[in-house]
Amino acid sequence: MRLETWLPALILLSSLVPGLVIFLLREENHILRTSLNLVGAVMKLGLVGIMIWGVFHERVFETRWTLAPGLDLVLHADALSVLFVTLSTVLWLVTTVYAIGYLENGPHRSRFFGFFSLCVTATVGLALAGNLFTFVIFYEILTLSTYPLVAHKGTTEAVRGARIYLSYTLAGGMLLLVGAIWLHTMAGPLDFAQGGILGDIDGLDTTLLSWIFLLLITGLGVKAALVPLHGWLPQAMVAPAPVSALLHAVAVVKAGAFGIVRIVYDVYGVEFADSLDLLAPLGAAAAVTIIYGSVKALSQDHLKKRLAYSTVSQVSYIALGTAIVGPIATIGGMVHLVHQGLLKITLFFAAGNYAETLGIHKVSEMNGVGRLMPGTTLAFTIGALGMIGIPPVAGFISKWYLGLGAVEAGAATWVMPVLVASSLLNAAYFLPILYRAWFRDLPREWPTPPRHTRRLETQAFLLWPPVATATLALAAGLFAAAPYSPLEWVELIAAREYRQ
Amino acid sequence: MNSLPVWPIILPLSGALLAILWPRRSARIGLFASLSTLFATGLLLWQVASQGQLIHPLGGWDPGLAIVLRADALATTLLLMSSLVALAAGWYATAYFENTTKQSQFWPLWLLMIAALHAMLLSADLFNLYVTLELLGLSAVSLAALGAGRAAVEAALRYLTVGLLGSMAFLAGLTLVYTRYGTLDMLSLAQVIESEPATWLALALMSTGLLVKSALFPLHFWLPPAHANAPAPVSAALSALVVKAAFYLMLRLWLDTFQSALTPAASSLLGLLGAGAVLWGSWNALRAPRLKLLAAYSTVAQLGYLFIFFPLLMALPPGPRYDAAFGALVLMALTHGFAKSALFLTAGVIQQRAGHDRIEGLGGTARALPVTTFTLALAGVALIGLPPSGAFIAKWQLLSSAFALGQWFWVPVVTIGSLLAAAYVFRVLGYAFGTGEGVAHALSNGREELPALLLAIIATVVLGLGSIIVWHFIAPGALPAESF
Amino acid sequence: MFFTETIYALTGVALFGLGLRGSLLRRSLLGRILAINICGAGVFLMLVTVAYRGPEQLPDALPHARVLTGIVVAVSATALALALGRRFRETESE
Repeated sequence: MRLETWLPALILLSSLVPGLVIFLLREENHILRTSLNLVGAVMKLGLVGIMIWGVFHERVFETRWTLAPGLDLVLHADALSVLFVTLSTVLWLVTTVYAIGYLENGPHRSRFFGFFSLCVTATVGLALAGNLFTFVIFYEILTLSTYPLVAHKGTTEAVRGARIYLSYTLAGGMLLLVGAIWLHTMAGPLDFAQGGILGDIDGLDTTLLSWIFLLLITGLGVKAALVPLHGWLPQAMVAPAPVSALLHAVAVVKAGAFGIVRIVYDVYGVEFADSLDLLAPLGAAAAVTIIYGSVKALSQDHLKKRLAYSTVSQVSYIALGTAIVGPIATIGGMVHLVHQGLLKITLFFAAGNYAETLGIHKVSEMNGVGRLMPGTTLAFTIGALGMIGIPPVAGFISKWYLGLGAVEAGAATWVMPVLVASSLLNAAYFLPILYRAWFRDLPREWPTPPRHTRRLETQAFLLWPPVATATLALAAGLFAAAPYSPLEWVELIAAREYRQ
Repeated sequence: MNSLPVWPIILPLSGALLAILWPRRSARIGLFASLSTLFATGLLLWQVASQGQLIHPLGGWDPGLAIVLRADALATTLLLMSSLVALAAGWYATAYFENTTKQSQFWPLWLLMIAALHAMLLSADLFNLYVTLELLGLSAVSLAALGAGRAAVEAALRYLTVGLLGSMAFLAGLTLVYTRYGTLDMLSLAQVIESEPATWLALALMSTGLLVKSALFPLHFWLPPAHANAPAPVSAALSALVVKAAFYLMLRLWLDTFQSALTPAASSLLGLLGAGAVLWGSWNALRAPRLKLLAAYSTVAQLGYLFIFFPLLMALPPGPRYDAAFGALVLMALTHGFAKSALFLTAGVIQQRAGHDRIEGLGGTARALPVTTFTLALAGVALIGLPPSGAFIAKWQLLSSAFALGQWFWVPVVTIGSLLAAAYVFRVLGYAFGTGEGVAHALSNGREELPALLLAIIATVVLGLGSIIVWHFIAPGALPAESF
Repeated sequence: MFFTETIYALTGVALFGLGLRGSLLRRSLLGRILAINICGAGVFLMLVTVAYRGPEQLPDALPHARVLTGIVVAVSATALALALGRRFRETESE
């Protein structure tokens, strides 16, 4: 039982096993269910900690299982997978706490937490995937495990929203699958390698490689909500708040973006992709998405829908980072993976709190909320400031590096306007919310009378998660230069990526 | 023990006879016979795995005269699937049929069908194949007619007439073979077959017969009503095993015995018909109002995938690529067998609880029958071909071969077929998870729900994670020499 | 006698063809069943023709055995078809 061979598999099992057990528990058994969830999350955190230490010291962790001739299931820990795994694990722990509070006394909790754990297992598997075959497998399992979560409420609109979500993601999955099989048949079993492998293989038809790139990116782009493939995301808002939080911050959208990062850096290699003129269209799509998402967000009164379009816009920063050649832009894009996760999940937690405690779903109803729920609104404020890009909250760092990287790569002429415009638009749709929440008067009546009778503005389980993630977002910005901060870690990845 | 190949045939056959003699004990006899058949199959599998192909002439006569039984890796694998599915479906049948009269009608026919199936898998002589094919057909028809109502009898009658025509064609074909070559032993025929019009005609006749029996588009019209109206355990066996048996014979004839006589045009025709089956079957499954009808059309579609393998296998020279594709074909057939039987068994549970199997009336199933709904989901995942099922890996290999050979045409067909399958599976799941009182909540009966669950787990988990075993056993040439 | 063999063989083929046509086109179940039996008779005739090895030698016993087996199978199948047909008629009159 060498640690190097088993650690990746153990990390998967730490959420899979509790999940399977939870399915069998009866509804009333909430103590056991809660303990299983938390124990699993904490164990995973511990295992990931070991992995971080190992990868930093260039130890190799790999689990390999042959499924078919030439097709190995590979779980491999390199710096990029560790980044995503850590983000997923931390945010899973926080979301589990939140979900326990949010769904208290709700129906079908065992089913919910069972699929919840499966979803995290799939995300972690995706993060640790060591080749395209493994990535595709977990990508599809992610789709399957998130569908019941989106449809959880069981109402007609929930089922409808879930069906739209499923059609988009399954279609995208098919495209990704076809592209992956094609590539595999052409170039052999491609294990992800820092710096990309396709550039080193001779005799590959570059036209075909470009078509494959298109297929892969389109397939991934559905989950990453690149325009015009983003249609499912606003529809998926019918899901309960913890699900929206997880889907938008960690699981689904990030999986798509993470996939794009993997394809560009560890399959094609960024310089090879540039030489095939593949990065320019990707950058264009990312730019369009950034602007479009922000513009649509302006017109949304429903809070979660506004945040949904904001996600569409913000996740494309990651794609933008990959489309610009150069380590600094790479750093900007990749670190936004972490930063956007922390910021967006804070915002969704806050939105969930408003809905649960005060019955507020719309921005127009949010007057004076800051006075009633100061903790939540403070967290929301930090999240919003980060999205706009105001220091010292973490979002500022990603935009700074993206801008700097664009200048270095000579792409400043089209990237800078996009960055500036998007920041302005972000301000335009976030600042009014903040103004309403803090500086407007309380309305005479609330849609639902406030349910809190205790000292805290809402249940503890609902309050602490957003506060915690907001603090992390602030810390990621303030202490960006500290060892083991997201920024430092991403700089390590970029260094390893560009050193061949 | 060289007579091992005999047991998987003798055990169910004796069981059938005993079940006729003692009708009140038929269920117990049947289960015991199924269990012992599984055990015998296991032993046979073990022996073939360690010693290679087993040949056993019945009665010790010379190969020219004797009925020869041949157990190789492919036959034994399918034998294992057949024994497992038969055991599970039979176990479910003890709960499905309410009264002993039905049970005592069911079991002799069921065991006879299993015996015929096993005899067919182990035969190495063309005429013997004809006899077992007929036996299988007659018992399958009788079982299908056990369903309630006129529709079942009508469908069974159509199944019978169409099946008999197919057998006639098969018989005519083998007569031609005997006229030309003077032998019907498949092992020796493979050496002497030549590519010439008489052989083509013979193969065409035999293939037409087999294509009718395996319901390849456009000769599939008899299948949906027959499988949809039969009792649930019978439908499970019909879709998972009986149709698969005819396909197995196509495999044997085209890839083994008559291989030298084939032309690329012929295999492309099969592939095209398979593509038609995939699209037509999936489309109709999406429009089907009843769950069992959906499952029947799904069978038509899934068999289409299996036939798409033919042009690919024909175009690949013998070697690792060929073995990889062949193993994938077997994996896909196995996964479908387990998944489809699981689906029919869950349909049976739902039908008996709700009184109907209309898809739009399935609301509330997830709440009332969580285990069954889970089984439905697992089986559905395998039918769509999503990970972690074995079908996903098989599909990957299928598309990979298509890309490698430059036969692009199959890629959009398989992709669209998978998306349509996803549509019809999730349509059912959507209704099942929805609100409604369609299915009354009642105490869960293990006998009813467990067999289906086990079958679905095999399809989606065992064959998914352990898929490499299929290649190790059936097509080891695909694996690099270093792997154990 | 080659000529006789040819006649027998061709008759067999003709019967097969007629039976095939009948089974596809006839409306009544009984007609279709009879047509299938004629099909079978045609094939059996072909098998018998193959068995003939000339005036000197004994005919080949294997095709004869096959014909006998085939007749048994055909009879069983016909019986099943008739029984099902009767059951169908009974349910129709309910």
